[in-house]
Amino acid sequence: MLEFLETITGVPTPLLFGQLLLGLINGAFYAMLSLGLAVIFGLLNIINFTHGAQFMMGAFVAWMLLAWAGIGYWGALILAPLIVGATGVVIERLMISRLYKLDHLYGLLLTFGIGLMIEGVFRNEFGSSGLPYRIPAELSGAWDLGFMFMPIYRGWVVVFSLVICLATWLVIEKTRLGAYLRAATENAPLVQAFGVNVPRMITLTYGAGVALAALAGVLAAPIYSVNPQMGTNLIIVVFAVVVIGGMGSILGSVITGFGLGVVEGLTKVYWPEASATVIFVIMAIVLLTRPAGLFGRA
Amino acid sequence: MDFNRRSLLAAGSAATIAPLSRARAQGQAIRIGVLTDMSGPYRDTTGPGSVVMTQAAGAEMANRGFTVEVLSADHQNRPDVGANLARQWYDQGVDAIVDVPTSSVALAVNQIAREKNKVFLNSGAATSDLTGAQCSPNTVHWTYDTWMLAKGTGGAIVRTGGDSWFFITADYAFGHALERDTATFVRQAGGQVMGQVRYPFPATTDFSSFVVQAQASRAKVLGMANASTDTVNTIKAAREFGLHRSMKLAALLMGVMDIHALGLESAQGLLLTESFYWDLNDRTRALTQRTRAANQNRPPAMVPAGCYGATLHYLKAVADMGAAAAKADGRAAVARMKAMPTDDDAFGPGRIREDGRKIHPVFLFEVKSPAESRAPYDYYKVAATTPAEDAFRPMNEGGCSLVRS
Amino acid sequence: MASETTAGPMPTTTAEAQGLWGYSRAQFVALLILIAALIAGPFFLYPVFLMKLLCFALFACAFNLLIGYVGLLSFGHAAYFGMGGYIAGYTAKAWGFTPEVAVITGALVAGLQGWVFGWIAIRRQGIYFAMITLAMAQMVYFVCVQAPFTGGEDGIQAIPRGRLFGIIDLGPDMNMYWFVAAVFLLGFVMVHRVIHSPYGQVLKAIRENEPRATSLGYRTDDYKLVAFILSATLAGVAGGVKSLVFGIATLTDVHWSMSGEVVLMTLVGGLGTVFGPMVGAAVIVTMQNYLAEMGAWVTVIQGAIFVAVVLAFRRGLVGEIANLLKVKL
Repeated sequence: MLEFLETITGVPTPLLFGQLLLGLINGAFYAMLSLGLAVIFGLLNIINFTHGAQFMMGAFVAWMLLAWAGIGYWGALILAPLIVGATGVVIERLMISRLYKLDHLYGLLLTFGIGLMIEGVFRNEFGSSGLPYRIPAELSGAWDLGFMFMPIYRGWVVVFSLVICLATWLVIEKTRLGAYLRAATENAPLVQAFGVNVPRMITLTYGAGVALAALAGVLAAPIYSVNPQMGTNLIIVVFAVVVIGGMGSILGSVITGFGLGVVEGLTKVYWPEASATVIFVIMAIVLLTRPAGLFGRA
Repeated sequence: MDFNRRSLLAAGSAATIAPLSRARAQGQAIRIGVLTDMSGPYRDTTGPGSVVMTQAAGAEMANRGFTVEVLSADHQNRPDVGANLARQWYDQGVDAIVDVPTSSVALAVNQIAREKNKVFLNSGAATSDLTGAQCSPNTVHWTYDTWMLAKGTGGAIVRTGGDSWFFITADYAFGHALERDTATFVRQAGGQVMGQVRYPFPATTDFSSFVVQAQASRAKVLGMANASTDTVNTIKAAREFGLHRSMKLAALLMGVMDIHALGLESAQGLLLTESFYWDLNDRTRALTQRTRAANQNRPPAMVPAGCYGATLHYLKAVADMGAAAAKADGRAAVARMKAMPTDDDAFGPGRIREDGRKIHPVFLFEVKSPAESRAPYDYYKVAATTPAEDAFRPMNEGGCSLVRS
Repeated sequence: MASETTAGPMPTTTAEAQGLWGYSRAQFVALLILIAALIAGPFFLYPVFLMKLLCFALFACAFNLLIGYVGLLSFGHAAYFGMGGYIAGYTAKAWGFTPEVAVITGALVAGLQGWVFGWIAIRRQGIYFAMITLAMAQMVYFVCVQAPFTGGEDGIQAIPRGRLFGIIDLGPDMNMYWFVAAVFLLGFVMVHRVIHSPYGQVLKAIRENEPRATSLGYRTDDYKLVAFILSATLAGVAGGVKSLVFGIATLTDVHWSMSGEVVLMTLVGGLGTVFGPMVGAAVIVTMQNYLAEMGAWVTVIQGAIFVAVVLAFRRGLVGEIANLLKVKL
């Protein structure tokens, strides 16, 4: 069987398995980021262009907690999303909330501007070449899986982000709070009439979406360079992921995120030069055949 | 930021759009503009540091019959902004532009300096075209270039036993040039290239896939033909996947500030090439001591050191030929620079070739382990030295029109 | 920007449509001032700076054609601007095309690209449209980084300005300036003509109420696509001229931050106003020049302007002035 696989793919099977796994890990980041975007979009109808900057802030706050307060990775995993989420709440209250009656495009432009500001301030403060952040001692080292050498931290990333995505889905689909949320997405005035404080719910939803981005940032800090522009390249890919998945369903964005991570991983083996373009090509094909995206409602 | 008030005001007036006026010949001021990256990816390796080191050179050459005025501006890594600023500076009486990282901006300024017959002292750009196909009688390329990086790393590592290579290459002109040149030196020295993978630039964040492919090649050395964040991410992934246990990591373009950002924990054992390191000898240490306070208590990096050396030598040439003559004819000033032997605390004795290439010894450094490092920025130990005459591309191979064959 | 009534241009009434060559009285006066400024400008300001300003002004006008009159926010216009620059630069340098032919070639390629991308993008609206255009522009960026003819990160350098029609030497800055000013004025007037043609009226109808336009029998997608192609072509002209002015064509012009910048210019000047994009371009380009010594604060200030305009001055500079004077500009 394995020999057969090797013959048809032209790549040694262990290497192929390894690459599939690595793709899945990248997919975990795409999934968490596109999940945050989907949650925000669902209720606020705004594409959060600040998402990349907030991902970056998550990583930076983790670094600050360590350097300035001596709080390590595990503390940062809880605190950084809370802190960055809180800044999200402030942004929503002070600025985004003024735009709900206007065309959604203004929300996009506003968050784009906020993103530029955040990135600029961080570059001024911390320079551009990045900061070091270590893998926590508990998760350093690697497993020998037989077909490849698997760093424990990467395994942790996949498992942890799967748990988070699942938990988010459960909250939205299965709890009372989630039911209010879904109802408010459909008809906010009606939900308000039932005595639910919709503006506050919107604020908290934005905060939660931002916190998800920050959480992804903390997860990324030990394995990628922590620098002010770390979110910029990633976020454009995540936008493409969101377009492909369609913003109709939470689960859709998660599945698309992981799936595209794997597709990208395979491209890195067979045609590495095209591994950045492949997601955009898929996006074009999906748009031509299913304009609403794979999981979206038309 | 380390601008004193005077330079900031001067830069402000230089960047204004109107009205144009020729510099008035009041007491012969030599005006030097540092055009650099204050806001982009090269800020930490050039930027404010380059301004400080240029000012240091100006201060050392004070009272030679002319005054030295240093201006600075941010080209924002945009050729149009850089070209616009350079034109205005030259038109408003700036005599020499210094630094200019980012090849596209540097090549644009190179054209303008030639057109206006002024002086261009490049330290920050990597492209060897500045002294090759696009060489100019108004330009000196001081610090480093891609050919030198490839030679200093590729040839030297093979001689120390790293004779089989795998490349992770950024898929664009700069990466290709680095990979091609390095591979040539590896083969010339008797080594072999086991394979390479080219990844999309600048859209790649995760390098684990490429690192695993490198691992499967069973080569002894991993050559990273990329720069800044990409190199940092490659190294992080390599350590995570245990690559450093079976392979030597060679960064083809990396500096002391990048090592600082990466941390010794991840960077230890890394091989890289630079032409300047602050802790190289007594002269470099003295220079570091002199400039430390102005430099936010950091040692100078390679490119700012190059700004220092180039400016100092230019001012020596100005003192030699007279400020009025130097201001009137940039080409003559550069010719005088080439005629005089160079000597400064950063690079020691050396010379500038006909094609504008400054030559000096080049070092292959190995990054220390955290245990070996005794102080902040105590990062390197010398692994190999390439003598000045061998370190740069021979003049007849560059295709420079200034070179008489 | 369909649902936002205060920010959009005021509805056209028949009275306003009268006036000279489709311009209202106020617009005609503004046009005269503009022409006077174009003629007098180079005697007071640095010509190369003015040329750069005009290139960006034309780029912003092209962009405004889409967002101001069709309500489509393209977040990837750098792709057409930059590609126009690359093609014009390459053909002028490698094939020895005269400047006007080089610019036209660049514009045609940009237009062709706009056709393909527009065809895909107009399948979705609003935010999706913006994200799709951004993603496709990013693809163009990757291509430009890697394609041999663009010179990678070095860009195409030393592009000759050449001789206009093979006769007039554009080398001297003033000659080049008159050429750029003429191209700009031509483009500017053309955009205005398009908007005030029957075709332009249909575009406005689509912006205000697309289902209604469809029910009236207009094939709205075709109209949108033509507007997209026009806008892309004009952006290509601006990019081509810019590469000739500076003699360089580089990656900056295809980068997504350039797409953001043109949005900012148009927004600052006033979406859907005739003169707004030009004023916005002037403000932003001047700012970049003056702020060069401010270092890293440039991005922060740009971001702050974005935020301030969206929150407080959605009409933009020209929109606010027009509102104050109760005229249409």
